[in-house]
Amino acid sequence: MRDLVIVLTQKELKARYKHMKLGYLWSLGNPLAYGLIYWLVFKFVMKVKIEGFPLFLVSGLFPWQWFVNSIGVSANTFVGNASLIKKVNFPRNLLSLVVSTQDLIHFLAALPIIFGFMLIYQKPFSPLLLVGVPALAMIQLLYTYSLGLIVSTVNIFFRDAERLIGIFITFLFYLTPIVYNLDMVPEEFRKYVILNPLAPLILNWRGLFLEGNLNGSWLILSMGYGLAFFLMGQWIYKKLSWRFAEVL
Amino acid sequence: MAICGGSVNKVAIEFKAVSKEYPLYSHLAGGLKGFIFNFPRSLKGITRERFTALKDISFSIHQGETVAFMGRNGAGKSTTLGLMAGVLKPSSGQVMISGRVSPLLELGGGFHSDLTGRENIRLNGVLLGLTRKQVEAREAEIIEFSELGEFIDQPIRMYSSGMLSRLGFSVVAHLEPEILLIDEILAVGDIQFQEKCKKKIQEFKKNGVTIILVSHSIGDVRALCDRVIWIENHIVRNDGPTSEVLPQYEQFFS
Repeated sequence: MRDLVIVLTQKELKARYKHMKLGYLWSLGNPLAYGLIYWLVFKFVMKVKIEGFPLFLVSGLFPWQWFVNSIGVSANTFVGNASLIKKVNFPRNLLSLVVSTQDLIHFLAALPIIFGFMLIYQKPFSPLLLVGVPALAMIQLLYTYSLGLIVSTVNIFFRDAERLIGIFITFLFYLTPIVYNLDMVPEEFRKYVILNPLAPLILNWRGLFLEGNLNGSWLILSMGYGLAFFLMGQWIYKKLSWRFAEVL
Repeated sequence: MAICGGSVNKVAIEFKAVSKEYPLYSHLAGGLKGFIFNFPRSLKGITRERFTALKDISFSIHQGETVAFMGRNGAGKSTTLGLMAGVLKPSSGQVMISGRVSPLLELGGGFHSDLTGRENIRLNGVLLGLTRKQVEAREAEIIEFSELGEFIDQPIRMYSSGMLSRLGFSVVAHLEPEILLIDEILAVGDIQFQEKCKKKIQEFKKNGVTIILVSHSIGDVRALCDRVIWIENHIVRNDGPTSEVLPQYEQFFS
């Protein structure tokens, strides 16, 4: 089973880079391009006053990009492997794990960009990074695997779920403090921001890169969300996985 | 029937009063939107409208037997294979399998078009239950059997359909299957390679591999199978030695 995960991940990575030798740059280009746009809009047009705004943006955008990629691709995880699912009996949830793992690898490969911005803005490299990055990455893997599993399962039964998820993700992006700071949210609403499961995670990522610290209660909260998603995902998957071959 | 060297072979596959019904998933075709807007009707659809693919089927297949499943399209052959492979669950009854099942993947299934033939061999081997080491150990043999030569390092989207089926068969043929499921795959590839496949299947038979073949080709069935199970209208219409069942089958359809 471990071999299956390795081979499938290799397959995804190779397939993704076969077409373009510059695949790695491509995966950096996407969040950087978004960063550039938000920087133009929010810095020059809207005059947002955040110090070191480019670093601020990339430290939230790179984890966000991982999340969106995993969830966006998930709709196709099972539907796209229909011929396999109809013939071979293997743990299908591994396919979801592979999608998230692949994006985790991309994220880790993109970390030097964030570090580069940290150098530019003369942020110290806290030793906490050595613990914080793996911890937050594991929590986020739990999010992306579990939510990806739910999306890919639902999308087998309702093929239009994909579209709804696209809309939902746009909402989620602006509801998560990525292009803005938590302090900019009006005070009476501030306590509701962390109801969005992505908020404590992204805030911690940014805190880690910008200030070299982790907020303990956000950490525990995101673990809780991650665990809840995991249990929900496994439950839905267990209930429905034996019907996959019927529907596809 | 299944006596080998004086000892009765073990049962490899057993179906005990197996029925398989599918809900008609047609009401899901309208997607989530359609499902919600027609909620009462959709719910009724899921719970009431059902399609029966197999009705109360029983048979047992012993280790080392080569059995053909024959019958019209939609009679339930593929469902039977799906149940054996463990990708479907019976609605009632019991399916018992002892041994490792290797399905022969159809064109494209399990293969990724951007990867080379060699990379696909690894992917496929691991998907069918081997470790990476085991696949690597067999890789040279697989490539030689497939006769793909230097094409093996080309992405398989450049392959013809015949080349793809060569690759697929070559992989399965070297996985040391215990129970081999073949769904209409012998019809592809050139005659020379088809002959090679048949020879390989004969070799499997000698080694005691249980082989399940779904086929419409009377010639193939006569040449390869000891036994025919004829499925008609979701039930077993006839089950017996090839020499008995095949003539009846031929007569029925002529």
